[in-house]
Amino acid sequence: MSIAANRIVAGEGVMAWHLAAPSAVLPGIAAVVAGLLLGLPRAWPRLRFAGSALGLGGLLWLLMRGAPALLDGAGDYARVSPAIGFWCLLLVLMLLMADALVQMTPGPLARGALLAAVLGALALILGSGALSQLSVLQEFASRKAAFADATLRHLGLAFGSLAVAAAFGFPLGIACHRRARLRGATLPALSLLQTIPSLAMFGLMIPLLGWVGDSVPGAQAIGIAGIGFAPAFLALVLYSLLPVVSNTVAGLAAAPPEALEAARGMGMTPRQRLIRVEFPLGLPVILTGLRIVLVQNIGLAVIAGLIGGGGYGTFVFQGLNQTATDLILLGALPTVALALASAIVMDILVDLAGPAQRKSA
Amino acid sequence: MIEIERITKTYGDVHAVDAVTMTAQTGTITVIVGTSGSGKTTLLRMINRLEEPTSGEVRIKGQSTLATEPHLLRRRIGYAIQGHGLFPHYTVARNIGAVPELLNWPKAKIRARVDELLNLFSMDPAEFRHRYPAELSGGQQQRVGVARALASRPDLMLMDEPFGALDPIIRARAQDDLRRIHKALGSTIMLVTHDMEEAIRLGDRVAVMDEGKLIQHGTPAEIIAQPANGFVADMVGDVERPLRLLSLIPLSDLVEDGAAPGDALPAEASLRDALAACLWTGRNAVPVEHDGAVVGRVTFDAIRARAQIHP
Repeated sequence: MSIAANRIVAGEGVMAWHLAAPSAVLPGIAAVVAGLLLGLPRAWPRLRFAGSALGLGGLLWLLMRGAPALLDGAGDYARVSPAIGFWCLLLVLMLLMADALVQMTPGPLARGALLAAVLGALALILGSGALSQLSVLQEFASRKAAFADATLRHLGLAFGSLAVAAAFGFPLGIACHRRARLRGATLPALSLLQTIPSLAMFGLMIPLLGWVGDSVPGAQAIGIAGIGFAPAFLALVLYSLLPVVSNTVAGLAAAPPEALEAARGMGMTPRQRLIRVEFPLGLPVILTGLRIVLVQNIGLAVIAGLIGGGGYGTFVFQGLNQTATDLILLGALPTVALALASAIVMDILVDLAGPAQRKSA
Repeated sequence: MIEIERITKTYGDVHAVDAVTMTAQTGTITVIVGTSGSGKTTLLRMINRLEEPTSGEVRIKGQSTLATEPHLLRRRIGYAIQGHGLFPHYTVARNIGAVPELLNWPKAKIRARVDELLNLFSMDPAEFRHRYPAELSGGQQQRVGVARALASRPDLMLMDEPFGALDPIIRARAQDDLRRIHKALGSTIMLVTHDMEEAIRLGDRVAVMDEGKLIQHGTPAEIIAQPANGFVADMVGDVERPLRLLSLIPLSDLVEDGAAPGDALPAEASLRDALAACLWTGRNAVPVEHDGAVVGRVTFDAIRARAQIHP
């Protein structure tokens, strides 16, 4: 752990065993060590999973016990935060857990339950106030309203742009699937769009939408301007189009040619073929496209903070400007958590939409 | 009755199908046989307008196929293809019920029809109804494919190399099944194959195509005994001709009074089977049985005499 006199200056490292009285830290350290040891044997993924959970519990214990002990008598502005050792251990234990889960191959429902359990536990821990003395949470406490607002903005940016991209991307993908020439023109154009660096894209939006806002009557009234939500949103939509369109095309092309020939031969109209055969068979690939877009947009939306788009990026850039690491973390951690959770949920959906014969097995 | 009249399909300068005229009687199996590129598949696909004819027309029960929208026409015509083309995301029951569903049959009627067809193809409905195509063997997939083509009781069934993807033993079984089902349902079938053996085995009438033209159209016996030209003779195969001819004739045609040693053959077996039995066991005659009782014998000499007379 590290302790600092205030939120700006560099902290001073404190080893885990110096955090507090030995009786307070020992169970935590023991749990971490035991967890790591349990994670060593390759053959028993369940044991490894239990070990990683135990280790995470140990880390949590150390945070809960260590933070108040360190702060005790250190002054009002003092801050404690987890240091490099904590983050490394966290990473190792999470990798262990992920690896164990991959080996255990839980079904979609089990994974959903696990995700819900983890999120529930996280909410419980944060809500209980056991960690409220950590610096990140102190930053949170002083910005509760702004955080809620940023969360809404961030979700709005990521999910809203996904919805708009899907609304345009699906019809475009279907059209590309039907007409090879359109596909030849559209996909490279969208790929080109994808190669524009995100900062440059957000930058380009400023003069572009600024001009639209100034010259189209009424545009400013609905929020179209060079900076703010609109350009960030538009940039995200543009980035989303390629994965949506290309995965729609690939998904629709995944139907076996014999099945399509049979569908035509039995008298299905092109629309019936699309709805009854091509779309259900392509659904896993199409959903994978949406998953890519969602995770990508949750990450990219951080950069939207730079052009006043709001979201967690606001905290990250404020933190960067003030060299306040805790503030950066306040933006970064929820972004990572959101992206992870979305990825897991989308993976579950992809699995559920997957080959029907696997579901019945 | 299916009447095909001077139907032609041209791609650029190439006549894929060149002014083919032929008639298929209701309730018969017509097998169109030819090498690849002979235009046989194009001819078949013009009947349900998967390919639009360049000129000429097809009439089903006197009504031109051009008078109906293609997709509505196709719902009245069964269509089975090589590699079955089942929908991988549909259960067996939904696959078979696909056309009745398009025709908006009530659910109960579809379910009853699906069970009826599964029984007809010796597949227990309770066991197979809810399976997915990937959980079936190749032979079962093919049967479901044919059952699907028959589901709406079509006026006509088109089959494009339906047994092409099966191994020889399963293929022979599938051919037997088709004949049995044809006898039971009396449907009109047009089937395309490159295999003359299959054509002779299945067809009431065989149509031989080469380079887009209909070379010969007749009964299997006519095709074997009087091939119209060298190409048809090649398709039949000189060495195989006597055996193919014998394979068309049942024992009941040549049965005579008298006794013979060894195991009996059923009266529906072909002279080819009897010849094989004679040669293999060194007998000069085999007993013939009907409904479990011996009704006479067929002699080796009679078989030889029959192979020499070309009908």
